[in-house]
Amino acid sequence: MNILTKTVIFLSLALLLNGAPAETIFVTLEKDNALAVVDGESAQLVKTVAIGRRPRGIALSPDYRRLYVAASDDDAIQIIDADSLTVIGTLPSGEDPETFALDPDGERMYVSNEDDNLVTVIDIAEQKALKQIPVGVEPEGIAVSPDRKWVVSASETTNMVHWIDPKTLEVVANTLVDTRPRAATFTSDSKQLWVTAEIAGTMQVLDVDSKQIIKTLTFKIAGVGQEKIQPVGVKVDRVRRWGYVAIGPANRVAVIDAQKLEVEAYLLVGHRVWNLAFSPDQSRLYTTNGVSNDISIIDLKRHKVIKSVAVGRYPWGVAVKP
Amino acid sequence: MRIILTERLKAHIFRSTGATLLAFFLSFPLNVQAADEPTHLPVAYLTKEREAPTALSNLDPVIHDSGIQGARLAIEDNNTTGRFTNQSFTLEEVVVPLEADVVQAFKALAAKGYRHVVARLSAADLVRIQALPEATDLLIYDISTRDDALRGQECSAQVLHLLPSRAMRADALAQYMLKKRWQNWFLVIGPGDNDRLYASALKRAAKRFGMRIGEEKTWTHTFDARRTAQSDVPVFTQGVDYDILVVADEAGLFGEYLAYRTWLPRPVAGTQGLVPTAWHRTHEQWGAVQLQNRFREQAGRWMTEEDYAAWLAVRAIGEAATRTGSVDHSRIKAYLLGDAFAVAGFKGKKLSFRSWNGQLRQPVLLAAARSLVAVAPLEGFLHPKNELDTLGYDEPETKCRLE
Repeated sequence: MNILTKTVIFLSLALLLNGAPAETIFVTLEKDNALAVVDGESAQLVKTVAIGRRPRGIALSPDYRRLYVAASDDDAIQIIDADSLTVIGTLPSGEDPETFALDPDGERMYVSNEDDNLVTVIDIAEQKALKQIPVGVEPEGIAVSPDRKWVVSASETTNMVHWIDPKTLEVVANTLVDTRPRAATFTSDSKQLWVTAEIAGTMQVLDVDSKQIIKTLTFKIAGVGQEKIQPVGVKVDRVRRWGYVAIGPANRVAVIDAQKLEVEAYLLVGHRVWNLAFSPDQSRLYTTNGVSNDISIIDLKRHKVIKSVAVGRYPWGVAVKP
Repeated sequence: MRIILTERLKAHIFRSTGATLLAFFLSFPLNVQAADEPTHLPVAYLTKEREAPTALSNLDPVIHDSGIQGARLAIEDNNTTGRFTNQSFTLEEVVVPLEADVVQAFKALAAKGYRHVVARLSAADLVRIQALPEATDLLIYDISTRDDALRGQECSAQVLHLLPSRAMRADALAQYMLKKRWQNWFLVIGPGDNDRLYASALKRAAKRFGMRIGEEKTWTHTFDARRTAQSDVPVFTQGVDYDILVVADEAGLFGEYLAYRTWLPRPVAGTQGLVPTAWHRTHEQWGAVQLQNRFREQAGRWMTEEDYAAWLAVRAIGEAATRTGSVDHSRIKAYLLGDAFAVAGFKGKKLSFRSWNGQLRQPVLLAAARSLVAVAPLEGFLHPKNELDTLGYDEPETKCRLE
């Protein structure tokens, strides 16, 4: 049986049983130097596995067989077998890797080297760095467009989005954005780029063709001071119906109407919500809550927070395997 | 006087002249304004040698380059950004010898055309240079003083103050004391003029936040660790009850000896113990660990408050140049003092300058030696406009009258 068949059978069984998905949620624990494994069906912490030091960014390979984790204090990206959860290799990420993005084919990885103002491009199969591209001060958010035409890197102190051509691996354009850009994500049609600005407290939508800002969203939550509005993680669903922004110390995820580009609702999650990940079928959203040391599970059909699961100290990144 | 370039900056300039980077420059500017030639913004750094303070112990090495290292790092950061905006930044460092005159050095910088001067000077020297006719058309970035007078009756439209004033620090401490309900203070004041200023700020804060200074004493004992610690402190603190010992000893002559030696078991705060400060090595939230790391890699030591202030000053200039797409002095000044200005200072909030006295509004850290205890303004201290303005002299209270 191949993975896909296995997954389908497993999924169907699980759905038959109680409707909850049989997915596995992987969470990096920045302070515990570990990876938490949560079962989606039971919403229980299954186990915690020791990995590299100060693990932050995390992603699954497109075939879900490998996990990549940025072990910031080990100056490497670890390759972890997604079934056995053993470290099977490392990628030369350059110093202090925090976040990274995979291209849609899973062949290349783009890593933000925050302390060195570089983006390192890695050939995953060769486990080799192809190039280091100079960008602004403290690059963090990084994303590859689904149509493979652009890689963007957001630099937190320079306050820019740098547009990298993946063919030439050169920066070919820059857009000045709001103060301290954190995360960036493309819409699935590759027409828009959504960028959060932590200190400005905004989320900006950029038009990919013109590279201009077409909308700046602000957030206002009754009873929450403006100084707590610090947007970080951002995700947009496949049909561009809804977008979601994690607003850090406001302990909320903003639900955004992705057509009108307006805030629709705020969902109360754990403390200092950082990063977000969809379930594979996009019926759920998982959030890492850095201060309350848990993850929140949001039902996206009803836009309701249905559960929180304690995972360990400083949950940072999250990835979901079917 | 000479221009000192850091190795990295040298490398940067060297690379800038190379063909690769030239191509790099030409290929950019789709969205960010840029001219064909990089525009240049020169920044001056002016300081005067200081007499080395008496070393209390060998724990902390004496730092001779406090301030300048922060300015150098920020120049490098500005140049990294400048690659994308076609702007370049340089730093001229001027160190005036102990016996020489700051005024002459300042005039020389003005004559050379410098319009942005980062100043690490004493309050007295700062007052002298801000009053010079040469200062009229430039901006002085004070990275060293904490005097409320310089931000009050002696203020100047030419000066921006990067470090929190004593009043801001005292208010930060008082907010935390109120939260902890440690409202009965025993105030200990050192022998220096600055200690009296710090004590005044503490008294003002005590009044604002409903503290009671139940006891106030001036330290008259020796500064000898052995004698002071073992016998003087218990006697000095005997016969009075209080919640916390608040000490004003800016020179650090005796404050460190107080903890664990008071007659009653009480915590210590102020210039020693729990300290209100702009920056501290224990601070790592909001990305601060990145600035700490980059700084340590460059300077080989922890970042001081003056380094942080100098970094912020030069970064503020860079941010204004990026946002206005200009190195023109009047545009930069207007932007720095305008409502749109915000610089990220790794303290979780937008930092900006108070229009009424040029003070940078900012959170104040409350730090113990190895632990960051709290960050002021604390939750619940509200302000109609900006909660950062719960610290220090607010607009209606200021004695500063800018022309």
